[in-house]
Amino acid sequence: MTNIWNTYACEDFYDEVMSSPGNARKPAKKLVSYFKTLSEETVELHRKAAESTIKEMGVSFTVYSEQGNIDRSWPFDIVPRTINKTQWDVTAAGLKQRLKALNMFIDDIYNDQQIIKDGVVPSYVLEQSENFRKECVGFSPPLGVWAHICGTDLVRDADGEFYVLEDNLRVPSGVSYMLENRSITKRILPELFEEIKIAPIDDYCTQLFETLIVLSPRDIPSPVVAVLTPGIYNSAYFEHAFLAQNMGCELVEGADLVVKDDDCVYMKTISGLERVDVIYRRIDDLFIDPEVFNEDSQLGVAGLMRAWKAGNVGLANAPGAGVADDKVIYAFVPDIIRYYLKEEPILKNVETYLCYDEEQRQYVIDNIEKLVIKPANESGGYGMLVGPHSTKKERDKFVKLINENPRNYIGQPTLALSTAPAFVGKNQLEPRHLDLRPFVLQGKDSYVTMGGLTRVAMKKGSLVVNSSQGGGSKDTWIVE
Amino acid sequence: MLSRVAERTYWAARYLERIENTVRLISVYDKLMYDLPTSVGIGWYNLITINSAEEAFDERYKVQDERNVIKFLLSEENNPVSVVSNLRFARENLRTTRDVIPAQSWVMINELNLFVTENLQQGINRSQRFNFLNGVIKICQQIQGLLMGTMPRDAAWGFMKLGRNVERADMTTRLLDAGVRAQLQVMDDAEAINSQQIIWGQVLRSLDADQSYRRAVRSSVKGHQVARYIIEDTAFPRSITYCLSAVKDSLEMLPHCKPVVSVVKKTQKDRLTPMDYIDLGIPLKDFLNDMQLDIAAIHSSISKNWFTYQ
Repeated sequence: MTNIWNTYACEDFYDEVMSSPGNARKPAKKLVSYFKTLSEETVELHRKAAESTIKEMGVSFTVYSEQGNIDRSWPFDIVPRTINKTQWDVTAAGLKQRLKALNMFIDDIYNDQQIIKDGVVPSYVLEQSENFRKECVGFSPPLGVWAHICGTDLVRDADGEFYVLEDNLRVPSGVSYMLENRSITKRILPELFEEIKIAPIDDYCTQLFETLIVLSPRDIPSPVVAVLTPGIYNSAYFEHAFLAQNMGCELVEGADLVVKDDDCVYMKTISGLERVDVIYRRIDDLFIDPEVFNEDSQLGVAGLMRAWKAGNVGLANAPGAGVADDKVIYAFVPDIIRYYLKEEPILKNVETYLCYDEEQRQYVIDNIEKLVIKPANESGGYGMLVGPHSTKKERDKFVKLINENPRNYIGQPTLALSTAPAFVGKNQLEPRHLDLRPFVLQGKDSYVTMGGLTRVAMKKGSLVVNSSQGGGSKDTWIVE
Repeated sequence: MLSRVAERTYWAARYLERIENTVRLISVYDKLMYDLPTSVGIGWYNLITINSAEEAFDERYKVQDERNVIKFLLSEENNPVSVVSNLRFARENLRTTRDVIPAQSWVMINELNLFVTENLQQGINRSQRFNFLNGVIKICQQIQGLLMGTMPRDAAWGFMKLGRNVERADMTTRLLDAGVRAQLQVMDDAEAINSQQIIWGQVLRSLDADQSYRRAVRSSVKGHQVARYIIEDTAFPRSITYCLSAVKDSLEMLPHCKPVVSVVKKTQKDRLTPMDYIDLGIPLKDFLNDMQLDIAAIHSSISKNWFTYQ
């Protein structure tokens, strides 16, 4: 019988694990030789073990559908994705550099707007930005940091190099799944952790806590930190609970909090009201404070903005940080880095065409079959068009959308996303496309997770990795 | 501790207790039905009466037979007292209190959920039922053991213990009530004495009290002694007296507890007065009824004091 690893077809794209059929890349060598020794039955046992571990650990996410909200088990593939540590160190430095510049940009945008005056970023970008919050103008949070937690999506193209696909500066999720993926792998492939030097990832929650605690307005030994969740029906509720539990802080919902006349935030406890110092909010800007934003919001806390601007509570990420999340701003990030840091960007952007610019728009419309079209302010993979996989009708719809609102659309070449082997059935190993979301923290210092969350498009040939759209995931190993 | 989290912890404990009680009750009836002479008119439907679920049951089923009763109590998703419903409620509550309960208990409630979902049919079919019911009880007790062994004795623990004992006290009154009802039904039967023995023996067993009863009372199973034991004994953890004092103990761990403690003290003083148990009929029924009202009053006092923020 031929070993499935020797017939694994990996030649069409850059494969993360295999360099050619039967031959593993260096960081994956021991991993693959281990898998080659396993019988079909053992692999099946491992897959089953992973599945039941996920169910037992209750690792789930919620899918919204017409039939109601369904709690789905986290889809997981047992073959880890490996990355060389030397390459990762450079990438991590690039991620820190990027977030640092983005934070300087946000702080500038809400204050002097020097970068616009200097003509590096055109003013139209801001004038029509959906995530620019005029309520934040003239304010600067402690340390000038607005985005404390960032989830950056990286992809690898055919050349094997990492590119930044997008920066998520609002409420990026996925880090708990990254951590759970590791604990699942430790359970099912414990032997490999002895043999291979895999960088540990479990200090994330400690690092996050350290980042948050710095934001406390009160100089007291143990400030009260809370994770603010929209509640059980949010798709990332699992993560909110996970983070609260692992940081030893309160998991609160909007109705648990109240802002009093002294502009301080309190939570309703069994002993009465207790002051809250720092809130890691997992609710979108527009819902955090009905006094200022969406007045119908039941999720937020009336007066939260007041308390924040009075300096009585720390908010992470700061309201308004999403202004740099815009995919049009994205196109300017390399310039933003050069402008503020006087450094060359370490990480590359994916080439981006701005539909606002007439010439570029024409290029996008003429080449729509080859491009990926994205709305500037959506996340979760919604509202986009993958040109090569689209129908004529869909393309016509997008041309119309672009012409109606050019500022809101960008075009990017369809990348030959890298692949990695995934078990798609019994004894069936096939390449599947994937991306990588590392998490970057910035407070007094910066921190990048070792690797990140690898998301896999489990459908053959698909490029959409979002869990809300049928994506799966893998453990990610940074190997020395 | 957040009021909302306190409330959910309290309810999680109540639901967990309810699951165990319901399952234990079914397993007791399973055995009881084999022993009772067929002339005795005690049916499976009693389980519905005990849970005050007559209306919900009658809406769904016409025939009051074993299969329907068991289905209703184990797997009926629209029945709020069924095991699957209680499990769903317990899980939702534990899921939203994950920051105060030991991480492992979340894993175990998922195990329980998986066990129940995968084996539900076993519970409905008679031949495999014992294994199923036993499996559920085992995991419930594992969870209790885990909480007991790992939870710090803080407010969260206080609310857990509170929920457990309020639910227990309530269930004990229901089980006694079932005994009284059955007793009233067999009064005039030719085999009355034998049937009474069986009924009260089963009341004891449904509380897992048969062994401790024999050690404490040192007599054969007699209705009035069983009733007295289950109401008054100070050492048996499911007796009404014991549950109420456990409720009082857990209340006293919590901040601003005075108003609730005084409600419990009032019940202890006014309700738990010496009673004549020889006549197991109407007076005992009235007592149990009043006791259930008192327990409801304790619950609303807890809720008012801690869960609803003014």
